Amino acid sequence: MAINETIPGSHIIETFPGGEIVLAKSEEVMKWAKGSSLWPLTFGLSCCAIEMMATGASHFDIDRLGSGVFRGSPRQCDLMIIAGTVCVKMGDCLKKLYEQMPEPKYVIAMGNCAIGGGLFYYDSYSVVKGVEKLGVPVDLYVSGCPPRPEDLLHGIMKLQEKIKNAKQRVLPKDKE
Amino acid sequence: MQNSECFQKIKNKFPDISIEEQPNGLVIPKASLLEVAVFLKNEISFENCHCVTAVDRKDKMELVYLLYSTPNHFMLTLKTFVALDDLTVETVSGLWRSADWLERETFDLFGIKFLNHPDLRRIMNPDNWTDFPLRKDFKMEGFIPRPQSPGLKG
Repeated sequence: MAINETIPGSHIIETFPGGEIVLAKSEEVMKWAKGSSLWPLTFGLSCCAIEMMATGASHFDIDRLGSGVFRGSPRQCDLMIIAGTVCVKMGDCLKKLYEQMPEPKYVIAMGNCAIGGGLFYYDSYSVVKGVEKLGVPVDLYVSGCPPRPEDLLHGIMKLQEKIKNAKQRVLPKDKE
Repeated sequence: MQNSECFQKIKNKFPDISIEEQPNGLVIPKASLLEVAVFLKNEISFENCHCVTAVDRKDKMELVYLLYSTPNHFMLTLKTFVALDDLTVETVSGLWRSADWLERETFDLFGIKFLNHPDLRRIMNPDNWTDFPLRKDFKMEGFIPRPQSPGLKG
């Protein structure tokens, strides 16, 4: 058991004596794999993106959680970190990017602007007051203005927890 | 050339325009905008137009051009007034290329139409918008005005 503890995901695997045969529930393994390889979309909108970049750099090292592979194409992503102020003109673009991501997909609204307009709540004609107004479902909110990299890391860990504890995820098209 | 000399030169050429000392400003009638602009650029070498903007005075629109003269190290504010029922003015983008996008921005936010502009479209806001956000009477669905603060009263 001492060796098993050092292997990631060993808590979901049962080893037979001898170690040649292992048993695990496929759903558990899938959830573990999903949570441990959240590839984020390279999608920074304003100052929160700087914190997201810092999180990706070596000092904070988002790679520890398996989500350091920032992709330039939404078709290769599982996670959209909406880092920053969403303007009205960017809203259509954001929705298009979200729709292009394959299931399963998750959204983190990072920073107060993405959560609910933040600084730009009052007297603003150009800012969307939170990404949920666009019809993009948000899985996790990370508050702050901007949040520190530790907050984002904590957010990603919470999202992993959410994925791990999720019941069968209902796809939007199954709901209809 | 000193600031006072610049103003003297302008005053000699156009005796009927008013001069504001603070900030170094000229208030000119709309009709003579192009004439004054050509004079300022060619005679006093105001070769840089780095801001075109407007102010909504409710009864009229105030159009503001900020010009800079590199050889004289002198900045000038050129102001003119546009009536609300005729929000058109001649473009200066032929004189200063920088005014092209600045005028588009002013059109985008205040709805002032620049005549003979090469490409007068909205520059930043969505193309399907029909109103102009920096006007005082701007209203929009989802626009939340800031609640009045009681301030620091007694």
